[in-house]
Amino acid sequence: MLEFFTNLGSSTRNSFSKLGRGAFFLIHTLSGIGQVLTRPGLLLKQMYSVGVLSFLIITISGLFVGMVLGLQGFYILRDFGAEESLGVMVAASLVRELGPVVSAILFAGRAGSALTAEIGLMKATEQLSGMEMMAVDPIKRIIAPRFLAGFICMPLLAALFSAIGVMGGHMVGVSMLGVDDGAFWSQMQATIDFREDIVNGVIKSIVFGFVAAWIALFEGYDAGPTSEGVSRATTRTVVNSAFSILALDFILTALMFGEI
Amino acid sequence: MQHSKTQDTLVGFFVACGIAALFYLALQISNLGTYSSKDSYTISASFQNSGGLKVKSPVSVAGVRIGRVSAITLDKNSLESVVEMRIESKYNNLPDDSGASIYTAGLLGEKYVSIDPGPGLSGAFLKDKSKVENVSSAIILEEMIGKFFLSKEGK
Repeated sequence: MLEFFTNLGSSTRNSFSKLGRGAFFLIHTLSGIGQVLTRPGLLLKQMYSVGVLSFLIITISGLFVGMVLGLQGFYILRDFGAEESLGVMVAASLVRELGPVVSAILFAGRAGSALTAEIGLMKATEQLSGMEMMAVDPIKRIIAPRFLAGFICMPLLAALFSAIGVMGGHMVGVSMLGVDDGAFWSQMQATIDFREDIVNGVIKSIVFGFVAAWIALFEGYDAGPTSEGVSRATTRTVVNSAFSILALDFILTALMFGEI
Repeated sequence: MQHSKTQDTLVGFFVACGIAALFYLALQISNLGTYSSKDSYTISASFQNSGGLKVKSPVSVAGVRIGRVSAITLDKNSLESVVEMRIESKYNNLPDDSGASIYTAGLLGEKYVSIDPGPGLSGAFLKDKSKVENVSSAIILEEMIGKFFLSKEGK
């Protein structure tokens, strides 16, 4: 019984101290961002591995998500004789929710896990402590460019996801199922508001990019310096990112679109 | 990983695609292409019932959208609903004896305000802050159905 309380106490303390380390890590990383801007080569390299290499999975997933939305939406809306609203449905669900959320989760799985494994392995092979020995701050040299790259790439990827998704929905709805082309676009344009929908979607994806990059880099930096530690950290990255993204999405949606 | 020219090009391509996607969302999907909030003037109208009308509902003349509803408030004295409408300033020649009514697009569609241009006897036009006097309220489907059934029972 006593042991149970001891364990409970120590695990609570551990999780709080991890949160504290994470916060310090974030502050340290943010303070290094100014330095990254003076060396754009480092940033470009990371944008290649974080953004360009995620390009394919994001565009293909976006296409299929849009096509499925077009298909499912068509069958439901047809019962009410409102097939013309298909464009609104596809665009609103993509721009407001699915674009930012699904692309952030894919981003965490594709780029976040790679970042964690890379940093964790650097730590396990003592490359990070080696840098410190040479008076190079590893957080500023290694972490900050990766963080900034994730932060920049996420909104671009989410916008690509939404845009390609709408094209996918158009392809299925208009070309295959025969919804009227003009009504598809005009109803969409009449309903989707630039400030309310598009800008809020972009804000969401910026927040998700920030959180996903932070979690991935911190888990890698905080990983146990063994192969098991790295594997656990990678798993935690994907689980924690997905969880935080979905929870944050609810909060942001309630703030932006809700009337609470 | 060696830093190379190809990588730079690919990153540039990626960023260009992302920005193009943002522009596509803004111009093709949202209402930004038809956006004009700068040059406009506001008119208002009091309705007995503005049921179903919302802020941003369209305001039209002869079926052409000329503006949007900007605010709906309740007048405390008359207990009427005051609907403020922002009209694009290029449509500045609406006669001041025009009427306003709330219609429904289709049977169950969204509500919109329709301005019916009057004969223009005084020769003056609606200006900023002017009030449309000749109004007819929203047609509430439930009320109509209720009246229909009541009149049937009376027979």
